[in-house]
Amino acid sequence: MGSSTPLLAVEELSVVFDGRGSDEVRAVDGVSFTLEEGRVTGLVGESGCGKSVTSLALMGLLPSRGVRVGGSAVLRTGDTEVDLLGLAPGQMRDLRGSQLAMIFQDPLSSLNPVVPIGRQVTEILTRHRGLRGSAAEKEAADLLYRVGIPDPGRRLKEYPHQLSGGMRQRALIAMAVACRPRVMIADEPTTALDVTIQAQILELLKDLVTEEGTALLMITHDLGVVAGLCDDINVLYAGRAVETAPRAPLFADPTHPYTVGLLGSIPRLDAPRGEPLTPIRGSVNDNIAWADGCAFAPRCDRYLLDCLQGPPELVVSGADGTHAHRCVNPVRHADAAARAVLESPSVVGDEEESA
Amino acid sequence: MPTTPNAQNPSDDAGTPDTGTTGPAGGGTSLLTRKADKVDRLAELMGPRDNGTGGAGIWRTAFRRLRRSPMAISGAAIVAVFVLIALFAPLIAPYSATAQTWGGEVFPNQNIFVGPRAENWLGLDNLGRDQFSRMVIGARQTLLVGVVATLVGFGVGALIGGTAGAAATLGGRWGRTLDNAIMRVIDMMLALPTLLLAVTVAALIGASLTTVMLAVGIAQVPIFARLLRGAMIAQGNRDYVLAARALGVRTHRIALTHILPNSLGPVIVQSTLTLATAIIDAAALSYLGLGNPDPSFPEWGTMLADAQRFLSSAPQLAVYPALGIIVTALGFTLLGEAMREALDPKLRK
Repeated sequence: MGSSTPLLAVEELSVVFDGRGSDEVRAVDGVSFTLEEGRVTGLVGESGCGKSVTSLALMGLLPSRGVRVGGSAVLRTGDTEVDLLGLAPGQMRDLRGSQLAMIFQDPLSSLNPVVPIGRQVTEILTRHRGLRGSAAEKEAADLLYRVGIPDPGRRLKEYPHQLSGGMRQRALIAMAVACRPRVMIADEPTTALDVTIQAQILELLKDLVTEEGTALLMITHDLGVVAGLCDDINVLYAGRAVETAPRAPLFADPTHPYTVGLLGSIPRLDAPRGEPLTPIRGSVNDNIAWADGCAFAPRCDRYLLDCLQGPPELVVSGADGTHAHRCVNPVRHADAAARAVLESPSVVGDEEESA
Repeated sequence: MPTTPNAQNPSDDAGTPDTGTTGPAGGGTSLLTRKADKVDRLAELMGPRDNGTGGAGIWRTAFRRLRRSPMAISGAAIVAVFVLIALFAPLIAPYSATAQTWGGEVFPNQNIFVGPRAENWLGLDNLGRDQFSRMVIGARQTLLVGVVATLVGFGVGALIGGTAGAAATLGGRWGRTLDNAIMRVIDMMLALPTLLLAVTVAALIGASLTTVMLAVGIAQVPIFARLLRGAMIAQGNRDYVLAARALGVRTHRIALTHILPNSLGPVIVQSTLTLATAIIDAAALSYLGLGNPDPSFPEWGTMLADAQRFLSSAPQLAVYPALGIIVTALGFTLLGEAMREALDPKLRK
C-alpha cells in the first residue's frame, strides 16, 4: 500500500445533467478516490452507474452546455498542484495528451478512418512534444513497436480498417502513451475485443504501468479484468462509491451487498453444471435518491428500514483502514463465505498465463 | 487482407513464462527487450509480405471498384469524350462556327433547310452555318460554364458549410449561434428554386458568360453548404473526434485534419452530380436569353433557343443541341452516382 501523496486526488466529484423539461440527473454524486503512481485503480459498476461520466469529467470532455461539475480533482505535477475541474479549457487542452490520456472502448471508431495510423500518432507528437518530420515518424514507429505492433514502419502507412481489432487498440494505446502521461484513463478498453486479445491488452497495460510509473484508472464492468489488473477498487452504484478496497480484501471479503451481488453473478468454470446464475434483481433504474436513503435498497436482499433514514455514511472497516463501504447492514465475512462464490474469482490474468 | 497474428502471445514456443518470472535478466528493462525480441522473431517468421495491397486508402479502393462498375465506365467514357471534344474543339471543327458559308442554300422563311450531307455532317443551321462545327465549339462553352459554376458552388459552399459545421461541433455556445445565423441565410437561399435564384442573379448583373457561371454557381452554394455542414456535424459526434480531443489536439486541427476529410466524400460526389445540373441550368439560362449575348460563341442553350422558331420545319436543329445537353448531363450523373456508390461503405463488399 503506497500511502504517499497521491498523484491525482478526486474529492467529492459530482456531475449533474440539467434535464431540459425533465428532472436533472445526478450521474455522479460525490465520488472520491485517489490515483497513485504505478498503481491501477478500478472503477467498477454496471451500466449507468457513472463510470464513463467520471472519466469524461476528469478529462474535461463533457459538453459545456447543461452539465454542472462539482468537487475537485487535484493533479500533483512536481511541486505544484492543479485542480483539473477548475482549469481553463485551453490549459486543460495542453494537459490532455501530455499529462492525462485516455483509452476508449471501441478502437475502430476511436481512430480516424481516413487518416493513416502514422499521421494520427505523429499528430500527438507534434502537438505536445514539438517533433516534426522524420523525427516524429521515427518516434511513432518506436511507439508502435513498444506496444507490440510488428513491422511498425509498414503499419504507420496503413489505415485503421486494415488493422485487426487488437492491433487497433494497441495503436490507440500507443497514441495515449506517446507523451508519457502521468495519468491514464482506460474506459473499458477490452470490451470490444475477444478474450485472447483482451488478455494481451491487459498485459500490455500492466507492463506500461510498471515500466513508466503511470497511474491508471481502469473503468470496467468486468470483474475478471479488475481481479487481474487493479490494485485498488471502487465499486460505484448510482453515482456513488459503495465500496472501496484493495483487490485482495474486496474479493475475499466484500461487505456491500452490491459487491456481493456482482461477484455472485459471474459464471464460474468450477461451478457444478447447470447451476443457475444469481443475478441482482431489478435494474439500475430502480433506485431512490441518495438523499433519501441507500440507492441500492430497492434491489437489496438485506435492506432494513434503517436504509431509508437518509444517505448511508461511508464506514471504514478492515484493520488498516483501507476497506470502506457505504452500507448500514453490511455483509459480514461469514455470510459471504456462505454464498461460496468469493474465495478465488475467475481471474483473466491467471487464465491467460496457464493457457 | 491477411490478419496478422498478434505479436506477443505470452505462450511462446520456447515456453518462456510471463512477466517477472523469467530467470536470467529479470527486471523491467529485460521485459521490454524480451518483448521486442518476440516481436522481431515473429516478424521474421512471417517473412516478407507483398506490399501490393498494403496502404490502400479508401479512395484507391473506391477507384478499384469504379473500374468494375459498368455505370462508372459508361459515365466516364461520355465525360471523357465530351471533355476531349471541348478541349480540342478548334482542331476537330471542320469549318468556322460563325461564318455563314452556305447562307445561299438555306431559306427559313420558305422552309428550305439543308440536312446532313457529306460536307456538313449535321447539316446547316438557319443562317447557313455548319451545324457540326457549332456543336463542337459549343461544347467548350458548356464545359467551361459547368466546371466554373461547380467550382464556384463547391468553393463558396464548402467554405460556408465548413465554417458552420466546425463552429457548430467545436465552437461551443458561440459557435452554435454562428452556425445558426449562417444556416438560416442558407435556408433562405435553398427555399428559392435554383433556376429562379440563377435568373435573379443574372438579372442583377446583366447577361454575359460570367453571369451564367456565377448565377449557376451561386445557385449551388446552399446545397454544398448544407451537405458539408451536415456531414461535419455527423462526424463531429464520432468517437475519434472525442479521442482526438482526449489527446489534446487543437480545435482547428480537429476540424481540418479529422472532421473535414471524413466529410468530403459526399461533397465531392455532389460536385460531379452538380456538373450535370450546372450544364442543364446554364443551357436553361441561355435559352431564356440570359446567356452569352455574343453570337460569335455558339452555345448549346442559345442554339436550342434559336432553333425553337423552326421547330415544325427543321426539328433537327433543336434535337442536336438537346441531345448534346442530355448525353453530357447523363454522363456526369452516371459517373457521380457510381462514385457515390463506390465511396459508400455500406455497399462495400
